[in-house]
Amino acid sequence: MELLAFGDNGWGDELFRATLMTIAVSITAMIIGFLFALIFTPLKLSKNKFLNFIANSYTTIIRGVPELLVIYLFFFGGTGAVMFVASIFGYNEYIEINAFITGAFAIGIISGAYSTEVFRGAIQSIDKGQFEAANVLGLNKFGKFFKIILPQTLRLAIPNLSNVWQITLKDTSLISVTGLVEIMRQSYIAAGSTRDPLFFYSFAAVLYLLLTFVSMKLINRLEVKYSRGY
Amino acid sequence: MDLELMINSLPKLLNAAVITLKLLSVSLLIGLFIGLFFAILRLNKNIFVNRFAYGYSYVFRGTPLLVQIFIIYFGLGQIEYLRSTVLWVILKEPYWCAIIAFALNTGAYTSEILRSAFQTIKQGIIEAGKSLGISSKIIFYKIQIPIAIRQSLPAYGNEIILMMKGTSLASTVTIMDLTGVAKYIISTTFKPIEVFIVAGGIYLFMTFIIHNVIKFLEKKYSF
Repeated sequence: MELLAFGDNGWGDELFRATLMTIAVSITAMIIGFLFALIFTPLKLSKNKFLNFIANSYTTIIRGVPELLVIYLFFFGGTGAVMFVASIFGYNEYIEINAFITGAFAIGIISGAYSTEVFRGAIQSIDKGQFEAANVLGLNKFGKFFKIILPQTLRLAIPNLSNVWQITLKDTSLISVTGLVEIMRQSYIAAGSTRDPLFFYSFAAVLYLLLTFVSMKLINRLEVKYSRGY
Repeated sequence: MDLELMINSLPKLLNAAVITLKLLSVSLLIGLFIGLFFAILRLNKNIFVNRFAYGYSYVFRGTPLLVQIFIIYFGLGQIEYLRSTVLWVILKEPYWCAIIAFALNTGAYTSEILRSAFQTIKQGIIEAGKSLGISSKIIFYKIQIPIAIRQSLPAYGNEIILMMKGTSLASTVTIMDLTGVAKYIISTTFKPIEVFIVAGGIYLFMTFIIHNVIKFLEKKYSF
């Protein structure tokens, strides 16, 4: 227990901060994922074959290639890509991208592919009559989407989105390879300096379990909220 | 785009893909038995047995695979007692540590897949077996298991693909699998995009094959 003390003698405060970091990265990645889903879900549902192809390539590639490989691509390639874009605008100095941004972006793209599939499935399972009824009521495109389709989609999507959240949360452990100090990285550092890997990795496992457990409870509440009327 | 690098790295990456496939097939095989074992425990009416099996699947599904590998590879080696037993022969090899972690992980998911498959079998089928005078053991092995396997094929196919992606974590414990070699080439040449295209292409190809094999099996065993 001494190992977990707060302050300079223990790793309690470091691990606490690392846990907050894991939560921050997961939420950021999930939001980035939603933005990607917002772009690619319409493309998937579009009647245009070319747009379909783009969206399908995105989800197929991301879901068929290991997360770690995607993270390496961003970790090693991110700096190069940003510097290339900057050089177009005439900036030629070395740019170092923050590990948080690279990591959240890499995980976000992965999470976005799963979210896209979830939203596609949810929208497709909404009864056609709902769209027609919205048309009959004379709602415009935005009203139709935000007032009629989205609330129903959310109800159907939340159970699956909670799976995506779990995957995203667990995937953030992989960002530790880029040096971002989240739970896994902090445990690695602590295990290295105390020579007690069994304790610290087991503790990391407990922290992850706690995070998944608490988030499940919160998501269940959300599920109840969005199932009102059913 | 450095085409030469892509062509030169292809044989190295293909060799590494063989290691990935080995890791995948061995851990899936062990994981299938672990999964079946725990699925049967989950169906047990004894609450302790039931809870134990649930706890196993909850812990392994609720924590990242990376933590599981690190606990087994770095953590277990710390226990002095283990070092003196025969188990140490296995546990000092990163290859076997990775396989143990993968097998336990996929076992947890497989047990959930099989459990839900067992639970969706219609009671009438089991009753029909009983009325024919078949012993409950034979009903289990000859009726319930084949139906459960068919029921769980689509979900198990997804699990195989997820596990294939999971084997990439073996590279974190010094195993030179497909991702390990890809990372090595990236960090020596600083050409991440080219290597990603080749390595990612190999992974996608394997995903494609697995997907189609499962589809074929689904068709073959559908009723």
